[in-house]
Amino acid sequence: DFNERCAQCSEVNWGLTDGGRFYCRSCHSVTERTREVVNTDFISNTRIQTISKGLRKQEKNDGGCEWYVCEGFQLVLKKQAEALEALGVCPQMKDEILCNFWRRYLQKSKQAYCKRPAGETVKALSVCDGSTDVDSEPETPSLLHLSLSESEGDLQTDCSFVSSSSKVSESTSVCSGSVDGSLYLMKNQKEKLRMTMPMTLSFCYMALLWLREPMTLSDLLRFVVEGHIPYLNVFQHFPEQMKLCGLDLKIFCVESWPMYEEVYTKMLELAAFLDLPRFPDITDSCFLHPDMLCMKYLMEANLPDELHNWTCRVVKKISIGEADFLTLVPGNKSTRKVKYDVLAAAVIVVVLKLLFLLDDHYEWLLSDFAEERNKNNKEDGPYFEYKKWYKVIKCSLDVEQKKMDEERAKYLWRCEKPLFYSAEKKSKVLKRRQMVVNLQNQFGKLSGSVRPAEKPNPASFQLSWSEENADGSCFHGHSLKGILQEKCGVLTAVNPDYWLCTVKLCNEKLCGHPAHYKEVDFPQSYHFVLRLFSFLLRIQPSYIHDEVCLIEHKLFNKKLCKKPKFNPGLRK
Amino acid sequence: SSRDHKLNFKKSKEVCLSYIQDAMLQKQWKRAAEFLTFYIESLEKDYSREYMGPSEIIWRIGTEVLCHHSQSSMKEFNSFMEQMKTLGVKRYLKVCLEHTFRLLCNGLIDEAYQNLSLAESWRYGEQTVIQDKEMKLIQAYRGLLDYYRWSKQKNILLEQGQDGFEDLSVEQEMHSCFRKAVVNLKEIIKIPGVWDQFVKCYVDLLEFYGDHNEARQVLNEYAYNSKFPANPNAHVYLYQFLKRHGESKKSLISALKILHDIAPSHELMIDFNTMLQKSKKRKKRRLGLEVIFAALDYAGCKENAKAWSCLARQVKQIVISEKHLDWIKVEWKSRKDWWPAFHFSRYLAKRNWQENESLSYEKALVAGILLGKDCKYFKYVSHQGCKAQAKRFRILKKFVNKHNPVYLRISG
Repeated sequence: DFNERCAQCSEVNWGLTDGGRFYCRSCHSVTERTREVVNTDFISNTRIQTISKGLRKQEKNDGGCEWYVCEGFQLVLKKQAEALEALGVCPQMKDEILCNFWRRYLQKSKQAYCKRPAGETVKALSVCDGSTDVDSEPETPSLLHLSLSESEGDLQTDCSFVSSSSKVSESTSVCSGSVDGSLYLMKNQKEKLRMTMPMTLSFCYMALLWLREPMTLSDLLRFVVEGHIPYLNVFQHFPEQMKLCGLDLKIFCVESWPMYEEVYTKMLELAAFLDLPRFPDITDSCFLHPDMLCMKYLMEANLPDELHNWTCRVVKKISIGEADFLTLVPGNKSTRKVKYDVLAAAVIVVVLKLLFLLDDHYEWLLSDFAEERNKNNKEDGPYFEYKKWYKVIKCSLDVEQKKMDEERAKYLWRCEKPLFYSAEKKSKVLKRRQMVVNLQNQFGKLSGSVRPAEKPNPASFQLSWSEENADGSCFHGHSLKGILQEKCGVLTAVNPDYWLCTVKLCNEKLCGHPAHYKEVDFPQSYHFVLRLFSFLLRIQPSYIHDEVCLIEHKLFNKKLCKKPKFNPGLRK
Repeated sequence: SSRDHKLNFKKSKEVCLSYIQDAMLQKQWKRAAEFLTFYIESLEKDYSREYMGPSEIIWRIGTEVLCHHSQSSMKEFNSFMEQMKTLGVKRYLKVCLEHTFRLLCNGLIDEAYQNLSLAESWRYGEQTVIQDKEMKLIQAYRGLLDYYRWSKQKNILLEQGQDGFEDLSVEQEMHSCFRKAVVNLKEIIKIPGVWDQFVKCYVDLLEFYGDHNEARQVLNEYAYNSKFPANPNAHVYLYQFLKRHGESKKSLISALKILHDIAPSHELMIDFNTMLQKSKKRKKRRLGLEVIFAALDYAGCKENAKAWSCLARQVKQIVISEKHLDWIKVEWKSRKDWWPAFHFSRYLAKRNWQENESLSYEKALVAGILLGKDCKYFKYVSHQGCKAQAKRFRILKKFVNKHNPVYLRISG
């Protein structure tokens, strides 16, 4: 509490004004000191600060208020957490985990919860204390060299940049609705891990991972694209008083789908930045454990349940089921970080290669044998026929892919809430928006009886197969007997061969990937299998291919290390 | 790759556009409208820096969809066009012009006229200067519509005249339209280009009011000014004008000469040949033969009995006079390799005989002279003709038989 003597009357008799400033009850003079507020509420207008600041102006001409960029992000995270909760994630995620992560981030990036909020090149108003370390000479930021994407060409011409050596309350002019929007975008923020929209998803995923929730990153991103988690146009949920314009748009407006790699990499950076300890162990009872995920993906890919034994065997053999391997330890640069979904998919691909070879010959041969056997034997359960499976899956995949392609074409990026860079542009933007709505109505009526695009219900499984279907299009219960044999009491594959995706792995640090996938270099069956999982996970086939290469190299490590003679066509 | 799981605004709209284009090519207008609905929001990111930005694309595609879609009405179309006019000031006049065309195509002449008048009065700073070409076109078309109105009034007046009734107001209206029309029509045809319809209308006006000199001047300019692109019609118009005013054969022939050079298959070549054949000058008659042979080189005249009769007449005349057989020889030299298959096949003989006896008669004469009495065409047709007891075929047979040696000399 404040115990200094009043400058006017030397009394120590302080009260708090509505604005949070201390005033002397004896002589009624008001100081510039504000009370330290540690506000854990997730309310939009909290600006968590501990240093003397001027009174927040609640009113500006247009009914807006001052707000900082991190408040905006806080809101975004809140909305995302609520959406996740609606999807079934435990409430702990929102109320504890995410909240704490965020607070810690604000602290570390010196935006709040610390003595010196960063980015404040602005002189605070006269502080009684006088001994602040606030930069006395703010550098006049040169904002003209902001990196602008080609899609926002107009920003450069629309905004007039004002050097913010003036007071805080006056610098909110044409540049941005937020107080520190322009500062936010300055380039030298790298060390502090500047917050971006994709990073909000990194936060979410990090929290999900901490809680070991049954949602992979690819699931999360898919929900985002399908609209179940606010991301695109999330700013329309900002309260009325938080006006967005100018550079805020560059910060909060998203014009592309979030990329798996980007979100994942940022998550790792974030975890390290926040100095988080080792995450809770991923054990074999966790959803994210490869044994579990493999089971899910096998079901989704309509493959026989029996294959699960094989995925577990591979997982065990190369020790990727160990908690130490699977659990995230932030900052530890030596261990390779695990992408659980990609890993599980890759394991399945490897198993398929082990059993079916997938060289565009052998799998069809095996399938013919199975077909023969199935024709002659109808009483016992059917043997798995690769050919049949291929036809069923290809058909479904093509249909789903076509749907997805059309959805991409019909994706709507804009929302009701209009955006404008500056007040002058406002009327033009609103007129445009009105015209767009009119035209959409006009042509919408001519579209025929097309139902308005509805959000698909959020589903964990994108493809589902039921054994009740009489047409035999579900392969879960099919047997692998035809392709297995017993040797020395151990079940092994009839297939004696294996081909490696790559003989030598690239140095990831140099070229970014352990391998470089080109469709033409590989069998079509292999490509098909990659395509299947690429669709399910919504990532490029090359990512899965990378993981497959790594797994193979672990699996055949001994044989690979045997120099000098090495034969890429291995015998297992 | 198309299986990219990346997507940004720009790519998303590109993909959408390709769906629209596919639908349009397959005339699936409902589907095109559907995807267009999703494309429209790209207007909010239109920075008008590309060669063809979203606003132009939407204007053009929207127009096509509205014109072809079964449920769309003229009213909807008009409202759409008005919105498009406000979209891009740089395109304003072009949109007005295209709007006018569509109105005209739908027979809404008055609306089109109003549209043009409105557009004519548009001013927008330096844009008015930049869009000068479009403005001239707008004025020209308004001139055309003024002509149309003039023409209507003229017809009313003529009808009334017949009924013995005269309405001064109609006459005044007619003259006023005339004055308005000539101003604009005169202007546009000064610019090098193809202005067929405008020229015709302008000349019509001038002729009506008796200004033949001006009309001739205009037509000469249009046909002979080298700045203007080569245009067969220009010569046709000039020829028709000269003929109407009873000009000398010499000037008629000179008008058609150039037409022969640039459009040898034109149907006026038949008239041309007829004139030339009758000429006393040997050179002209020679040219006539060249002209009619050239006209028949083209598929357009293949079944034209008149054309064949011209050739037949001239060939017959030459054979009988036994003078200038070398003319035929020269003309035939470059044609003897392909004309037989092109004109005188047995199939054609059958068909021509079935469909058009006169045609086959004329052709048979030519074939008989050029290819001899034993050629497929002549044999078949003359046989059929004699079987049918048509007198002229008997005469024909005799004639060809008599002059058979000629073919030997021709084919050399």
